[in-house]
Amino acid sequence: MKLLIVGCGRVGSSIARNMADDGHDVSVIDEDPEALQRLPESWPGRFIHGHGLDTEVLVDGGIATADACVVCTDGDNTNIVIAQIARTRFHCPCVVTRVFDPARAAFYDKLGLQTVCPTSRSIEVMTQAICDTPGRSVA
Amino acid sequence: MYILIVGGGKVGSNLTSTLMKMGHEVTLIESDRERYALLEERFEHVVRPGDATELFVLERAGVERADLVVAVTGDDEDNIIVCQVAKEKYGVPKVIARVNDPRNQPHFDMVGITLTVSATATILALIEHELPQHELVTLIDLKRENLEIVEFAIGQGSPAAGKYVRELNLPSRSRLISVTRDGRAEIAIGDTQLEPGDLVMAILEPGVEEELKHQLMPTMPA
Repeated sequence: MKLLIVGCGRVGSSIARNMADDGHDVSVIDEDPEALQRLPESWPGRFIHGHGLDTEVLVDGGIATADACVVCTDGDNTNIVIAQIARTRFHCPCVVTRVFDPARAAFYDKLGLQTVCPTSRSIEVMTQAICDTPGRSVA
Repeated sequence: MYILIVGGGKVGSNLTSTLMKMGHEVTLIESDRERYALLEERFEHVVRPGDATELFVLERAGVERADLVVAVTGDDEDNIIVCQVAKEKYGVPKVIARVNDPRNQPHFDMVGITLTVSATATILALIEHELPQHELVTLIDLKRENLEIVEFAIGQGSPAAGKYVRELNLPSRSRLISVTRDGRAEIAIGDTQLEPGDLVMAILEPGVEEELKHQLMPTMPA
């Protein structure tokens, strides 16, 4: 499949690498040219230096024909706007977006965006870990 | 009216003081701590610290009872989110956003923020208006009505020069409004004769600009 990843940080670059390893056609966008360093030296896909809010950059990255788009820059608001562009203007069939703020993630989920909230996940997992340990029981 | 202003830069702070003088109830939200401290000396309890894209910040500022939210930060994505959340989540009846980079205008339109202000676009429109180059200039964009009011000059080589308005083969979804000659404007009627140098205003549905241009402007040399 054809995949576009906006934001080449730890998350974006890892998904890019995994999907490219599996033989998918992956393009990556980041506003920092240095972010290319996060990708393997033999990176088979494309790397586009530019801002994900810039429609020309998204088009250059193949948004109009991508099967899926992953949005994971470090800004929640930037991600939410880019995800809506991908969905509403380019009708990308699968758009997943990282949103750190649980409140915004929940609201935009309601509006139909597929959001992933690492904060909520951490809260769940950590709370669960605490609850699952018996502690220093005073038996 | 209760008005919430997001972003305490020059625009936001001047808006705040002006609207307060007009007797409105205003809350200004500023996320930068240093800037907030300065604003607080001037506006006291009217200004609140915080990132207005955080829903609880908006809620504590009383977004639910706001009649109007104005987002004038220097970040277009923040302005978009503030307005979208205010409108869609809290039912604020009117939102106004500042567009910093005119290339982001379509993103505001996309999420239904119809009232936007862009300094660059405004100045560009003024330049086009003051220096007409036989181009169609959009004067007013009536988004809700899906209509535009445009202005253009009748050039020497215009196929419309010398013709009466009733003789023109205008696109059906357009009407001429007025003709300005030597600084005097008149309502365009069928018997109005167009002359080179006339400034013509027209109302039209978006999409018929090219057709209108074709009828009224000289064909540009390729």
